[in-house]
Formats: sequence, C-alpha cells, structure tokens
Amino acid sequence: MKTFTYRTADDVSGGLEPGATFLAGGTNLVDLMKLGVATPDVLVDVTRLGLDQIGDLPGGGLRIGAGVRNSDLAADHRVRRDYPVLSQALLAGASGQLRNMATTAGNLLQRTRCRYFMDATMPCNKHAPGSGCPAREGDHRNLAILGASPSCVATHPSDMAVALAALDAEVRISGPAGERTVPVTELHRLPGDAPERDTVLEHGELITAVDLPPLDLAARSAYRKVRDRASYAFAVGSVAAALQVTDGTVRDVRLAFGAVAHKPWRAHRAEEALRGRPATRESFRAAADAELAAAEPLRDNAFKVTLIRNLVGSVLEGLS
Amino acid sequence: MTATTERAVGQPIGRIEGPDKVRGAARYAAEFQVGDDLAYAWVVQSPVARGTLRTVVVDPLVEPDDVLAVLWHGNAPRLGPADDPELAVLQSDRISYRGQAVALVVARTLEAARRAAASLQLEIDEEPHDCLLRVDHPSAYEPEKVNPGFPASSALGDVDAALAGAPVTVDVTYSTPALHNSPMEPHATTALWVNDDLVLYDSNQHPPGVAAAVGALFDLPADRVHVITEHVGGGFGSKGTARPNAVLAAMAAKVTGRPVRLALPRQALFSMVGHRTPTIQRVRLGASADGRLTAIDHKAWGQSSRLFEFAEQTAVTTRHMYAAPNRRTGHRLVRLDMPTPRWMRAPGEAPGMVALECAMDELAVALEIDPIELRVRNEPAVEPESGVPFSSRHYLECLRRGAERFGWHDRDSRPRQRREGDWWIGTGVAGATYPAMVQPSTARASRLPSGDYEVSIAATDLGTGARTILTQIAADALEVPVAQVRVRIGDSTLPMASVAGGSSGSASWGWAVTGACRALRSSSASSATFDSSELVAQQEKDGKHAFGAHFAEVRVDAVTGEVRVTRLFGMYAAGRILNPRTARSQFRGGMIMGMGMALHEESVLDPAMGAWVNHDFAEYHIPAHADLESVEAEWLDEQDDQLNPMGSKGIGEIGIVGSPAAILNAVWHATGVRIRDLPARLDKILPYL
Repeated sequence: MKTFTYRTADDVSGGLEPGATFLAGGTNLVDLMKLGVATPDVLVDVTRLGLDQIGDLPGGGLRIGAGVRNSDLAADHRVRRDYPVLSQALLAGASGQLRNMATTAGNLLQRTRCRYFMDATMPCNKHAPGSGCPAREGDHRNLAILGASPSCVATHPSDMAVALAALDAEVRISGPAGERTVPVTELHRLPGDAPERDTVLEHGELITAVDLPPLDLAARSAYRKVRDRASYAFAVGSVAAALQVTDGTVRDVRLAFGAVAHKPWRAHRAEEALRGRPATRESFRAAADAELAAAEPLRDNAFKVTLIRNLVGSVLEGLS
Repeated sequence: MTATTERAVGQPIGRIEGPDKVRGAARYAAEFQVGDDLAYAWVVQSPVARGTLRTVVVDPLVEPDDVLAVLWHGNAPRLGPADDPELAVLQSDRISYRGQAVALVVARTLEAARRAAASLQLEIDEEPHDCLLRVDHPSAYEPEKVNPGFPASSALGDVDAALAGAPVTVDVTYSTPALHNSPMEPHATTALWVNDDLVLYDSNQHPPGVAAAVGALFDLPADRVHVITEHVGGGFGSKGTARPNAVLAAMAAKVTGRPVRLALPRQALFSMVGHRTPTIQRVRLGASADGRLTAIDHKAWGQSSRLFEFAEQTAVTTRHMYAAPNRRTGHRLVRLDMPTPRWMRAPGEAPGMVALECAMDELAVALEIDPIELRVRNEPAVEPESGVPFSSRHYLECLRRGAERFGWHDRDSRPRQRREGDWWIGTGVAGATYPAMVQPSTARASRLPSGDYEVSIAATDLGTGARTILTQIAADALEVPVAQVRVRIGDSTLPMASVAGGSSGSASWGWAVTGACRALRSSSASSATFDSSELVAQQEKDGKHAFGAHFAEVRVDAVTGEVRVTRLFGMYAAGRILNPRTARSQFRGGMIMGMGMALHEESVLDPAMGAWVNHDFAEYHIPAHADLESVEAEWLDEQDDQLNPMGSKGIGEIGIVGSPAAILNAVWHATGVRIRDLPARLDKILPYL
C-alpha cells in the first residue's frame, strides 16, 4: 500500500487538497488501496462530521445523512414502512459486518467490481486511463449491457443505489463552490471516453445527505437481486420497483435496474410504457423490452437481457 | 489384554486443539515470534505469461532505510537441483506463466517491502503465449503415466465394436474449469537460519517432505532443516509439498541474516501454489436394452505447465467403478503458458466422476431405468480391470440405504414435473468412491514420568481432527484413557510420517501409532518406535476403495435460473469411522466443496491476458452459509480387516467425489436442462427455462 497521511475533516465545505480523498466506512476504498488500485496521498475522514442522522423532511420524506451506516438505514422503521425497496436492497448487499461499517454516501461512491479494474497489474481505462479495456474481449459476463462505451463496460455494483434511483432520491452535495443538489440518477456518469470519472462530483465535493421525497407508491415497492450464490455476492442483475395499480391498471410505477450499466439504471422508457396499461405479466415484460431495446450485450452477457425482462415481470407481478 | 478402558476410537471426541483455536492461542506459520529483527518479504510476480526477464531495476530512493534486499535471478543465491521446477525460484530468466515469482523484496516492515516491490521496474521481452486448453490443440499428447503412477491408458475388449452394436448409447462431453484450493490460511513461511541449520515455520501438509525438498535446494540433509507446522488452516492438496514461499523465505533469511516472514497474499494463491487442472472429458457408454453396460470409454484432456508434466488421473476411477466387458480409458495433456496444476481434493476422482456419473444418469434416462437400478445392474464382482477382489465394497448398500434415508422411492423419473411457485424442483443421485491408501510411517511412544504417555509422529493436522484421532488410536492401543495421552505432531524432527494427502493420513499414521503403542505396552522400556514400512509394502494395493452415494434435491428459479440445493445427503461405506464428529465434518466439508464445484467455483480464464481474472473470495465463489440449507452425512458400519489395524478407510476426499454430479443430475431432473460445462451458472440454464 502506498504511504498516505490521515486527517479528520473539520467541516463539510473544507474541500480537498490534490491527491486527497474522503474516507468514510472504508469498506471499498481501503480494499482498493491494499490492491494498489486507489493510491491517495491523503485520507480525510468524514465520519465525525455528524452526518449520521435520518431526519424527517418538512414536506414529508426523509433526509438520510451521508454517514448513516447501511445497517442502520436498512433497519429504520420509516424506511421499512415507507420505502421497503430501500431496506431490501441494503440487506441484499454485502454482509452484516460490512453493512455495519459502510455508509450511505460510501455505498453510492463504491467502485466497479470489474475484475480488470480491481487488478492493478491489468490494463484498465478506469484505473489507468488510456491503457485499454481487456474486458470487452475478455471476462465481461457480469458487465454492462446498457450505456457502455468502447473504452469501458464496467457496471456499478451497488444495490442501494438502484433502490434510490427508483425512489427519485436527490443527493445533497457540499463543496468549495457551495452547495448543490443532484438527482441520484444523475450522480453517476456513463463511461463515455472518460471512464476514470464515476460521478459528476468535482474534486473536494462531499455528499452530505440523500433526500428521499415523499412517494406514496413506494409503500408498495420491492427489490429483487439475482446473484451467483445465495449470499455475499454482487448482483448479476437486479430490479427495484414501486407500483400503484387501480382497477387492474397501472397508475404509476418506478423501475430501476442494477448490474447492467455504469450507473444504477432508471428505466424511464419502461415506466412510460406501463402507465395506463393493464397490470399483467405480459405488459410488464413488454415494458421491460421497451427499455432493453437499447441493450448492446457483449459475447457473454446477453443473458442479462432475459434476466432483467423476467425479473421485471416477476417483481411487478408480485407488487400488483 | 485387560479391559481397563472403554474404547476411545469411535467416540465423538471434540478436537483437542479446538479451545486454542477459538481463543486465538493456536499459532500458525506467520504468527510465531522469532526475535526482534524479523524481516518481511514480498513477492513480485510476472505480469506476462511468457517471456524473458532481462533485468530488474531498483529505485534506490524507495524505502531506502528499510529495504534489506531485492532478489531476482540476476543476484539470487544459486539453489541445488529441484525435483519440482516450481521451487527453482529466481534461478532463471525464463517466465513460464503470469504470476510466477520473478523477484523478492525483503524489508524491515511489510509495508516497505510492498511499496518497494511495487516500484520495481521489470524489463521483460514478452513472447506470445498460449493458455487455452482445447481438445484439438495441436500439441496435445499422451503422457507416459498419470498421477501417481498409473498407466495413462487402459483397454479391454473391443470398445468401438461394442459401441457400434449397442442398442443404447450415450456420447457426451463434460468440461470442468480450473479450480483453486483456496484454504482459509494462505501459504506462509517464517524462516530463520540457526548457525548453518534452517528452521521453517511453514504451513504445509508434510513437514518431513518440506524439510527434504527445501534442504536439497540449500545443499542440506533433511535433518538439518527443522520444519514446524503446529497448526494448518487447510490445504486441500495445495500444501502437499514445499511451495515457493518456503524456498523464498529461506533464501531471503540466508541473504539478510535475519528471520524472514513471507505470507502470500490471497491473490498469489491463484498462481503460485497450484490449482486443479481444467478438464474436457468425453464419455461414451454402450448398454443392452436391459441396462447392462457393454462398453465404457472415458477420455480426458487436462493441462500442465511449461515447467513440468503434472498429469492428473482424471479417468482412472472409471477403471474400477462399473462392470463392462469392453472398456477403455485415456488421457491427453497440453502444456501451456500457465502455472503447474497440483493436487486439489480428490485430484482426478472429483472431475472424473462428474463426467462418468452424469453420463450414467444420461444413460439411465435413455434406457428409461431408474439411475440407482442402472448402477445395481452394473455392479462388478471384482475390480473390472485388475481382476482383484475388493477388500470391501458396499456401494449398492450405500445407494439403497441412502435412497431410503433421502426418500427416493416415489420419485417421478421424468424431468420438469415438480413446480412450487417459481421453483422447478428435482432430485439426483451419483456414486462416490475414493481409494483406501496407506503409506509407510514411523511413530514413537514414550512413558512420561507423570505416568502419562507421549506419542510422536511428524504428521500434520490440517484442521481435520488428525491430532484428536491419533490420540484416540493411541489411547486404545495403550489401553489407557485419552486424557493420559499427549500426541506430538507438526514437526519434521519427529519420527517420519507420510503426507496428509490422498485421504491416507489416519490410516498411515494410525498404523504406526498403533504399532508403537502396542510395542511399548509389551515392553518395560521407556519408549518404543514402530515403522510400518514393511507391513505396508507387503499389502495388496488394488481392490481397496471407499464407496458412497450422494443424493441432491435442488430447486431452480424459473424466472432467473438460480439453483439452490435444498438437500444434499451422503451415505458412505468407508471402513471403521474413527471419530463420528470429525468424520461428519470431513464428509460434509467434501460435499459442500462438491456443491461449490457444481454451482459456484470457477477460475475464469482470460486467454488474451494469460490469467485467471478472479482471484479473491469476493470473485472466486465458494458456497456461503446461506447456500447450505441441509447437508447431511451418514455411514454404514463397514468391517474390513485387510486395510490397517484400525480397519479405516480415508474420508477426507470422498465427499467431493460424485456430489457435484448428484447436483447436476438434480438440475436436469428439475428443469430438463443438462449442464455439461461446469459450474451450472444461472446464465447457462436461463435460456432453456
């Protein structure tokens, strides 16, 4: 591991010197440092900034502090009652020990599990820009089918972020230039020709909270994760959904897919295709197809198209 | 004989060292305190699969105060000739595989060693590499022998004619991926030189073997290398002989004049210490309409490295499993720019029985015969190829009793019939077998002044309960309670023991321990030593096998293709069970590893990069606790007096033999989908649901 210095952050707008990065739970960053993939000079610990509360928003909804631990967020009674998809997504991720350490913002900012990215001896446009992407021809069974680019086919590994994307969550950001708010669906970038940048955050910007707006239909919501073993594995495909059905017709719906793209994939096209349609497995799958028409699978991951389509049908049927 | 004690053998005694392990008091190779000048080593591995290392450029400004040595072939001490070329570390400029050790950094701290290692510049002339095993590989050849000395091929009768004339045939190809042993404790060595003698605290399965192998490299007789292996956190074959970590640590200690610790990181275990070869296997079976095999043909392709020929015995089990007048087995090997494969739990048997036992299931389907009945109809009277009678073979009893216990009798043999919600449900069966081997060993039994007894043998306990079982065996032979027996193992200076491998440890060491204890009882001397070599040499080797039957119930999600094993059941006939508690753990552990082989484990090759790209426990999947819904093992009370004084057969490996096939057969029964390319991942099943 490269030698680094450590300090605690004094306030949320302190910014960062070049070569510095924020440290929260460390469940991903410290691993990457041990692997030589992340090589920060300075770690700025933000766990003492008091960002660890879940509060009620004045007009309804919740403000989740960036430092709230994943296990605490999953167990919060308001989350479980009003946004069950979020609790389910959190509990589907990692292990009990990791959830006790991992934070809300850290979960959002975790990096891809692409095996080339995780190995500092391999070429990878994300950890060594310009070095190439062996995944496109090599191992990509669990990489992107949507929104990839010639330079990167990585997926975002978070479960929680998929639920937040379905829930219209907003990310509150603080930085040297002030505060701003970004929809969680716009926090992560598509790789394009700059895959080294996962998100729209500027250097020194800090996520302080995630706001969950009031969303009535979220009370009927669910997360379904598919993985290669029963526990402690990243998704090979997942669906977060909320559904409101009246008289057999879809009144409103939220849908997001995980493990298919460089970001949690909000399925706007599928949602549009569903509103006002009969709540049947056929229309659910047709809506999924509308979204997946843009899929560009690689040699070994075309199964994800089928998998997501099936999951959408099954999860929405379960909610209707 | 006086009946002073209840017999200890057969009692479910807990592991003697269990409390020490729970308290963290048990010490492993990288945990011994060896003075205040301990240095740490870090291995630099080749980033290319084939080439020549021209030079290593050291940046003198990196960790200048802490780096003690940077070793590579240009400056490393010359070693003596190695039987195992993987141990000739830093001796040549040749790079034979990606991940091969090409340099070693030794520093005062682990962090400094790591950092300096990362800063080394390797100047390499890279060459095109070839890493992919395939049946039509132009350099595939038939090895002379396959491990551990079997003929590479065997033939009886006229297989081609029998297949051509058979009313029912099966012709299938199964493939298994490279697998990695992945013990919990990574390979590690703490090395120090005391005068001109070498002391190694090393994690391995055979301290005397490590002493001899490392000694030869440093021009030392084995008795001047002291290998201490008090506890081992698993090996599964990958610690059966000295590994490069022991040689590198010894070399670093010699160069720096300090004790040196080298613990391989998890990632390095995926290249430096061995793996199970990938296999491609073609099995052809011919049968009469009433389900009697007329022909068995099993041909297996495997790989080895450029460094030396390691030829796994994939098809050998087929030589003694079922009766058939016409039979043929064969092996082909391809040498690739990859690390040398090594032993991994049931090497040969585990992948070989995937192909044979799945093919038998396919034949049962083709014949419309129950798969258990098919096996009953092909039970041999003697070993089919050697003609030697079995010392004991209770295979059919395992199948029948297992079927009763599992609830097989009302099974609808048709696939894709049982559905509960989104789940397709099915059951499968497969046979299990493993040779009952024994090797020469020596033990010493001594009276202690306290009136207790000490029994010494250079065996190792990989976490299986070996120390406990030897205590039980010794107590019975001495006719004293186990509390009066202290067993010393894990030290190469103790009387010579055979390797903890081939499921032969308990039989081999137990024989020597029994002999020494009996000799001590019948004499008034303060100690007695017993060497089993002569008796072992006189023994008939053929016809001795443990048998078993594996049953699996799986459910397959019709929406996602996910497979979950709801029940895994093993019924074994493995001689006398020495300790039911540790035995159950061994059987179940093997079955769980078999589940991993069927569903999860896979070293994913990127042929272009010349590497397995998944190399940690997040990406190389072994079953998690949540995957284990019900895993149970039972056994028959099998008597066999032709084995060893305890009447035991080895049980460390049979659990992984056949259990993967039972699961794959159950997947077929649930869904109608035959997975012939392991592991049975959801993406292979989903298109057919």
